[in-house]
Amino acid sequence: MNSFNTIWAKGRGDRATWLLWGLAAAFVAYTFATGGYLIAVLQFALIYTVLVTGLNIFMGFTGQVSFGHNAFAAIGGYSSAVLTTTYGWEPLPACLLGLAGALACALVVGYPVLRLRGHYLAMATLAIGLIVYEVAVQWQSVTQGYMGISGIPPIGIGSFTIASDRALLVFLMIVAALAMLSAAGIRRSRLGRAFVAAAGSEDAARALGIDVARYKLTAFMISAAYAAIAGSLFVHAVGFVSPEVFGLPMVVMSFTMLYVGGIGTIAGPALGAIIISVLPESFRTFKDYQDLAYGAALIVILIYAPRGLASLPELSARWRRRSA
Amino acid sequence: MISTATTTRILEVEGLSARYGHVEALRPVDLHVDEGELVAVLGPNGAGKSTLMNAIMGLVPTQGRVRFRGREVPRRAPAAAAALGIVLVPEGRGIFAPMTVAENLELGAYLLNDRHEYARRHARVLAMFPRLKERLSQTAGSLSGGEQQMLAVGRALMSEPKILLLDEPSLGLAPRIIEEILQKLGELNRQGLSIILVEQKAPLVLKLAQRAYLLSVGSIAAEIDPRTIKSHDELVQYYLG
Repeated sequence: MNSFNTIWAKGRGDRATWLLWGLAAAFVAYTFATGGYLIAVLQFALIYTVLVTGLNIFMGFTGQVSFGHNAFAAIGGYSSAVLTTTYGWEPLPACLLGLAGALACALVVGYPVLRLRGHYLAMATLAIGLIVYEVAVQWQSVTQGYMGISGIPPIGIGSFTIASDRALLVFLMIVAALAMLSAAGIRRSRLGRAFVAAAGSEDAARALGIDVARYKLTAFMISAAYAAIAGSLFVHAVGFVSPEVFGLPMVVMSFTMLYVGGIGTIAGPALGAIIISVLPESFRTFKDYQDLAYGAALIVILIYAPRGLASLPELSARWRRRSA
Repeated sequence: MISTATTTRILEVEGLSARYGHVEALRPVDLHVDEGELVAVLGPNGAGKSTLMNAIMGLVPTQGRVRFRGREVPRRAPAAAAALGIVLVPEGRGIFAPMTVAENLELGAYLLNDRHEYARRHARVLAMFPRLKERLSQTAGSLSGGEQQMLAVGRALMSEPKILLLDEPSLGLAPRIIEEILQKLGELNRQGLSIILVEQKAPLVLKLAQRAYLLSVGSIAAEIDPRTIKSHDELVQYYLG
């Protein structure tokens, strides 16, 4: 899990890299042209790219573990949903308030919880997700419980709304690209180096005067912010929210994307999000065996690219050297 | 005992102890380092040498006091200790393997916010360890053991420590490399840097150190003047009691 070299830094100009990006671009172009159901799949993948990119900052760069980022996505999503439907807010301020709420929650929860390490941290964060889920179910006066909230307006500012599927796809591509670029910027910054140092050896980092606890909390809050934005985007894209949207399957999904794509890399979260979203669809012809084929594909990927799809260029380079 | 009446103390440790749960890893220890002194801490495996270093640095819960140039070093605050100028090169080096050599060095000067000063220190470290210069853009994990140790020392030097704590820098290295590294440490010491050097390889270190403490089962068994150690047997006597 320690390949922190971004696909851009190491694989620049590599044929395998260009092939991957080329395939992705071709797929997007194809989807854009044909429209229909695939557009929804791709929109979903791009929203998850934002979520997983944030999770990667906490897990990949900083070497921590969180099973509770669905909580922050839920805070962002429900803030957007409730404020725009019940109170008639504009989507943007609603999203920003959700973001602030998620940051405040991450600060309050992270401060005590981040003292834990490894499995204990995993269990504590899992609890955060479960608590927020319960709140979403029980706080019926606001969240409408299992019924959920429908009629959430599309994203937009004032009279300008992104209503069409294709326009939303373009918008989400821009947002996902910004998420990746900002993550790359963080990784290359002083802050990012402190994150990676904390992941490498906490004691060594502390012995150098790096306040590890503070940087872990910072990473936790930054990744919570990405999750909150993803949550808001999700409810606006779908127009509906219920507690199930931000349940445990979201955690499992984001973990799968992170590891299949390549944890610790910049491109990994996007690659993972796209592959994991598209893969089940492409096995639709297998009918009853769809899940089986999907599972088998995951296993094959993780066997042959254990550090994720983002490490493929490296692997292919090594393979070429060996055969040369 | 060597007279230290005329020199000033850079580090004073008083009744410093540490425990992991119910295990007392370090019984109350008193020791001191004078300005510009290289002090060795010797002792067999499990004597508490690493715990002592971590305790001085504030990485483990401790009781007792550590004073740096007369000022109390806050406990359990390694960042504060580092800011004062106490820097530890931990056992096993603790280099950041996935990052490049250049990034590792940068992290050594993490508290520094002055470009020119950074450049000066960077140049100084690379002059001391030319091999790191050739490897700046390589990941630290791809270096040999000796180079990694040089990087660990170089990274610590980037913070311009006033006193450098080294925890078994010879661990797992070939004799020739050990000698090279110890020679660099001697050089740094002659330039005025105070050093505490933890080692198991006593004979090598005693050539370098002005004083030595012998640690055994969590407490200081003896303070040694290296000049008085005439033979290997005498040292063995110390080790075995």
